[in-house]
Amino acid sequence: MNRDQLIWIVLFAVGAAALLGRAVLTEQGMGREYIRQTVTPAGGTEFLPATYGDYVRAEQAQPGQTEYRFSRARTIGLWLAAFFTLAVFSFLYSDNPFYKVAESVLVGVSAGYWMVVGFWDVLVPNLIGRLWPSMVQAWAMPGLAGAEAQRNLWYIVPLVLGVMLLWRLAPRGTWIARWPLSFIVGTFAGLQLIGFLHGDFLAQIRNTILPLAVFEAGAFDFWASVRNLLIVGGVLCAVTYFFFSFEHKGAVGRVAKVGIWFLMITFGAAFGYTVMGRIALLAIRIEFLLDDWLWLIDPSRRRAVSMLLQGIWG
Amino acid sequence: MKRTVPLLITAVVGFTLIGAYFVPYTQSWGETVAIWFDVLAAIAFILGGGNLLRSHLKKISDQQRGWAYSIIVLASFLGTLFVGLGKIGVAPSPQFLEYSWSGPYRQTGSAFWYFYQYAFQPLTSTIFALLAFYIASAAFRAFRAKNLEAILLLATAFIVLLGRTFAGVALTGWIDPANWEGFRHFTGLRLENLTVYIMAVFNTAGNRAIMIGIALGIVATSLKILIGVDRSYLGKD
Amino acid sequence: MGAFLRDQWWVVAIFIATLVPLVRRFASAGVMEGLRTLDRRWIFLLMLWSVLLPIYFIGVTGRTFPEVPSALARATFDEIDRLAPGDPVLLSFDYDPASEGELQPMATAFVKHCAEKKLKMYFMALWPVGPQMVQNTVDRVIRADYPNLVYGEDYVNLGYKSGYEAVIRVITTNIRELYTTDARGTAIQDIPMMKGITSVQQMKLIINVSAGYPGVKEWVQYGATPYPAVHLIAGTTGVQAPLVYPYVPRQLRGLLGAIKGAAEYEKLVIDTYGGPNPDPKYLEGLRRMGPQLVAHMLIIMLIIVANVLYFTEKRAARRPSTGSGRPERAEGR
Repeated sequence: MNRDQLIWIVLFAVGAAALLGRAVLTEQGMGREYIRQTVTPAGGTEFLPATYGDYVRAEQAQPGQTEYRFSRARTIGLWLAAFFTLAVFSFLYSDNPFYKVAESVLVGVSAGYWMVVGFWDVLVPNLIGRLWPSMVQAWAMPGLAGAEAQRNLWYIVPLVLGVMLLWRLAPRGTWIARWPLSFIVGTFAGLQLIGFLHGDFLAQIRNTILPLAVFEAGAFDFWASVRNLLIVGGVLCAVTYFFFSFEHKGAVGRVAKVGIWFLMITFGAAFGYTVMGRIALLAIRIEFLLDDWLWLIDPSRRRAVSMLLQGIWG
Repeated sequence: MKRTVPLLITAVVGFTLIGAYFVPYTQSWGETVAIWFDVLAAIAFILGGGNLLRSHLKKISDQQRGWAYSIIVLASFLGTLFVGLGKIGVAPSPQFLEYSWSGPYRQTGSAFWYFYQYAFQPLTSTIFALLAFYIASAAFRAFRAKNLEAILLLATAFIVLLGRTFAGVALTGWIDPANWEGFRHFTGLRLENLTVYIMAVFNTAGNRAIMIGIALGIVATSLKILIGVDRSYLGKD
Repeated sequence: MGAFLRDQWWVVAIFIATLVPLVRRFASAGVMEGLRTLDRRWIFLLMLWSVLLPIYFIGVTGRTFPEVPSALARATFDEIDRLAPGDPVLLSFDYDPASEGELQPMATAFVKHCAEKKLKMYFMALWPVGPQMVQNTVDRVIRADYPNLVYGEDYVNLGYKSGYEAVIRVITTNIRELYTTDARGTAIQDIPMMKGITSVQQMKLIINVSAGYPGVKEWVQYGATPYPAVHLIAGTTGVQAPLVYPYVPRQLRGLLGAIKGAAEYEKLVIDTYGGPNPDPKYLEGLRRMGPQLVAHMLIIMLIIVANVLYFTEKRAARRPSTGSGRPERAEGR
């Protein structure tokens, strides 16, 4: 048995023992989900998420009540989520089958999720509902009526194009998919030409037209002028750097060099912000493990039994 | 024929959208094109799912390395499809109780919601949370102050990293007019203020230049595609 | 801090135990050699502790760092605060669980602010998972704390439509052609607050929570720039925020960048509307600034150490033929 295998075994054994101890031996336990059963206005049953604190308070008020209940299905789901989280984190130590299983589940569920969303959110109301509104109204959207529910036979065009797009999966005749692909490319080209020209070119030039000598209530504002000068100068220098039709020598070279400095500061700021962004993503997963699963911390007071906000420390 | 019609479609669609911006009469044509595109985009999801099915089925049938994981991919894919399309566990809408398919497919408590809440959401978030570790590793491996440009980059990164947390406030909090009147002119050097200045001035200028450059590139490419000069998207004949 | 270390001794013990092998390695091989051949998994472990320990500390003690909102956060706040009760506001939640850590605090604070101002909230999404984020936020904020708000009259979830920026292009002139129902399947004409709403231009403000593409850039290009009367504010991830600064303030009236922006905005909202004991769920962003600080210090320390190592090796390589010779690259996976 090599060192890596020994570390895995030790981690598993210690981890399992700690989880067992926490779940069984401590007073509160860990990793349980609760639900609240309510009656909807129409008379049906609805299960809303509830917290451990809600459950304990309800039990204290009326022992044996059934409104707030422990949910086995959601508790199993919670432990599944924790297992998946740890399986993905295990990749940091080394690639292993648990990670591969988690990754496979993710790929499958994501693809299925997107297909289901595309079907119910777009295809049913905006395609099938336009070509065959009475069928959709009788089946899934009983409220569909009025002007928005009129049959519109022009929607045969996207239907036909869609079928042609799916022809890409066929072993032969993949050229058929060129028609819908051209439609897609044409749409992007048409939208982006105007969008980028207006919002990213013309508007940015307009935004850069700033007063280089700023007067505030008659008096010359030195720092505001410097600020505007830096912005205008910075944009011009950096744009000069990107202009490769002239060789970057002499005066043009010096201006381009200043442009590079502005760009380096830009990239440094981008790096700082990227670091900030990534860490927050890790923070929420650690919060999930410590708060939702292990019940080691309770910053949102979901397991506080007393409704009064107690001093947590001291 | 195989190439002419697609080129025509591209041009007609693109110029309709452009024309709709300028000619109010054609605005509804532009809307129609955009809505048809939205429908096609949803059908593209089906294409993606179909592609996944095909490639993983092939992997299983060819018994390629790791084909067992393909079974897991397909099982989770088909399971999600089944519970989502079938609206398993979804109660009908309160106004239309007799229509069993009338409820929202994402209803809390339904099987599809369960797949989202306890598989999709933790997996997606955790995969992206791995990036925090890699950025630390990259910081140790890659960032060397080899020349002036690198020093500028690192110095700015340090100022932003400190200035966007309480560390910046604590480190330069002593630059306070309450400590010495002369500091009134130097409060801009406090790390948090310096960070705001860097973002609003230097970062804005740099990104604006990049934005202008990219915009020109996109306009040129879009025009080339629309007038048929760039035909690379059609692939080989 | 002393009391925390005493009572949570087991956390401290685990922390020290995991770092003992690293210390022993430095002790035996020397600091420079140890750094040169450092396995990146030690850096991963340091990053894990730098996020876990502050979260645990803040979770147990409830202490957070003070926040002073910047001018941009204040501009974002003022854009919502200037509105009158009943004004229609479009909230587009264009993010998914991958960016929830940064963006959920912003989304929660935006909805709380709009609910306090009694604005009419129209939710939509350009990402497929967006409506789920809308549902979560609505459950957390509106159903929990503002039960008097009625779905269909005070807020509505229009749901997701595929098509990226083409969706924005359509709804800025004709929203009813695309959104024939809301996310629940109710027909648009049966929703009271959709009466008379034909396009997004009628919205007094667009609030966008954006994680990438499609997101704030597309809203600026197709929503705000062609229609200057439409006001747009956004909360974005750390990766996207620097890229959209050029749009401020003409095209983008307010911007919240990354978790810091979220924390500043939360501070403004709870100071104005939170009451004496704000609900902890509105302090999420403020709590996450703790691990941010420690992790940032770790990154800075790693860069400094790496550069010290680099310059030391460079100087050793320039010295004539004494010493170990060529510098080696750090080993690792």
